Amino acid sequence: MTAPLAYIAGAYEHPTRKAPDKSIAQIHAESAKGALADAGLTFDDVDGYFVARDGPGVLGGISMAEFMGLTRLTYLDNTETGGSAPLVMVRHAAAAIATGRCKVALITMGGKSLTGDPKRMMPNQYGAPELPFEEPYGMSTHAAYAMAAARHIHEFGTTREQMSWVKYSAAQHAQHNPNAVLPKTVTLEEVSESPMIADPLRRLDCCLNTDGGGAIVVVGPELARSLGRPLVKLRGAAEGFKHRNGGYIDMTDTAAAFTGPAAFAEAGVAPSDIKYASVYDSFTMTVIITLEDLGFCAKGQGGAFVSDGNLIAGTGKLPVNTDGGGLCNNHPGGRGGIPKFVEAMRQLRGEAQPAVQVPNCDLALVHGTGGLITTRGGSCTLILERE
Amino acid sequence: MDERRIPPAELNPEIEPYYAAAAEGRLLVKACADCGKAFHYPRALCPFCRSDATEWRDASGKGTIYSFTVLRRAPVPYAVASVELAEGPQMITNIVDCDFDAIRIGQAVRVLFKPSDGGAPVPMFTPEGD
Repeated sequence: MTAPLAYIAGAYEHPTRKAPDKSIAQIHAESAKGALADAGLTFDDVDGYFVARDGPGVLGGISMAEFMGLTRLTYLDNTETGGSAPLVMVRHAAAAIATGRCKVALITMGGKSLTGDPKRMMPNQYGAPELPFEEPYGMSTHAAYAMAAARHIHEFGTTREQMSWVKYSAAQHAQHNPNAVLPKTVTLEEVSESPMIADPLRRLDCCLNTDGGGAIVVVGPELARSLGRPLVKLRGAAEGFKHRNGGYIDMTDTAAAFTGPAAFAEAGVAPSDIKYASVYDSFTMTVIITLEDLGFCAKGQGGAFVSDGNLIAGTGKLPVNTDGGGLCNNHPGGRGGIPKFVEAMRQLRGEAQPAVQVPNCDLALVHGTGGLITTRGGSCTLILERE
Repeated sequence: MDERRIPPAELNPEIEPYYAAAAEGRLLVKACADCGKAFHYPRALCPFCRSDATEWRDASGKGTIYSFTVLRRAPVPYAVASVELAEGPQMITNIVDCDFDAIRIGQAVRVLFKPSDGGAPVPMFTPEGD
């Protein structure tokens, strides 16, 4: 099976990281404007709109369509998979375009984790069947990822220093990103000795909380060729979901164990063909587990894979998160999918910061991990090719 | 030691017996009379074969820690764990009444019940023999 033929015409990461002066809806709209300008299109060209539940509104995406003045929509998608949602929606947009349901698909994301009210950012959870069995226990994002990390260490002997390499590498990249929240490099020791938050996760194992957002524009081949931008094609994609399965769960992998092989199969390429990867880095261990699941190394070997600078552009075999990732650059609204995607686009177009630009980067992977990996979450793998 | 205030579970008709039993100091597990599998969290339809012949069973209250963490920065630090029950499924819970630094994966634990903030008591676990 090949991927539905679709191209990425525009991608935009909102430059803000702290926006007490902006509304969440405004961040969505400004991001849309940026992505459409990047594509050479306008709001009036948009006939497909895709937004997850970070899009504020009494009636989901329709409220945001109203806010932005979108009046020609023939297709609407409000899929919620957490931070991976914009990536899942790239896949959905490609299918909608290939089947003629829309021609210009706009995906927006925005949120205020820093200056907004984090509790009110949670979508409606009334009647959630899992809540009576998690809320009394103070189940949290940190707890969920920490339990995955603890089990990974228990089963595979992943070390403290290996986890620290992920943050070290992100900081090496972030020093070249003028918009990064944390542009200073760190030593392995600084990571390993930072305060314990949720064993075994320390402060510098954790991603940022920022205000911000971004947007993506997906179009068909004819329109893409008319726009005069570098042609970036969605070559393969897969989405997958994992939950507690009635209480029978293995915490050492994620839905990427499905989406990685499926996306590679659809693209007809192998992990060794990938020149650059954006890998969701909610925590350092998320990267280690995900790289294993995607097939870049064997299960249990992720710690060794991320060590010794292997993820650093210029020296490593697989440059990962060259913008500094969620660990150092940006994790807007608790949803890191958009920055991941946009950095892959920069790499494919040759528009990354010169110090981290991967030479002749014509094949990139973007992977999003949404939700909480030891309770329930959605993963999406996209493989993008510059023609 | 300060005790963490435990938010009560929001009840609904499907799960009321679970927390009613907890009020009596009993841990229940839902199991399917058709496919025989026990599961957690409890629900009316079996998530494996979708039979509606699911039944409440008294659990042994014994289990082992599959994984855990200690939330060190919370106002009152607490331990979250996924405990594998003797009956099969894992449940998200807290490990309480113990030295958090001595908690280990694979450790045997047994159930106890802690009062919640204005709701039903909540099943939690503590290391065996402590």
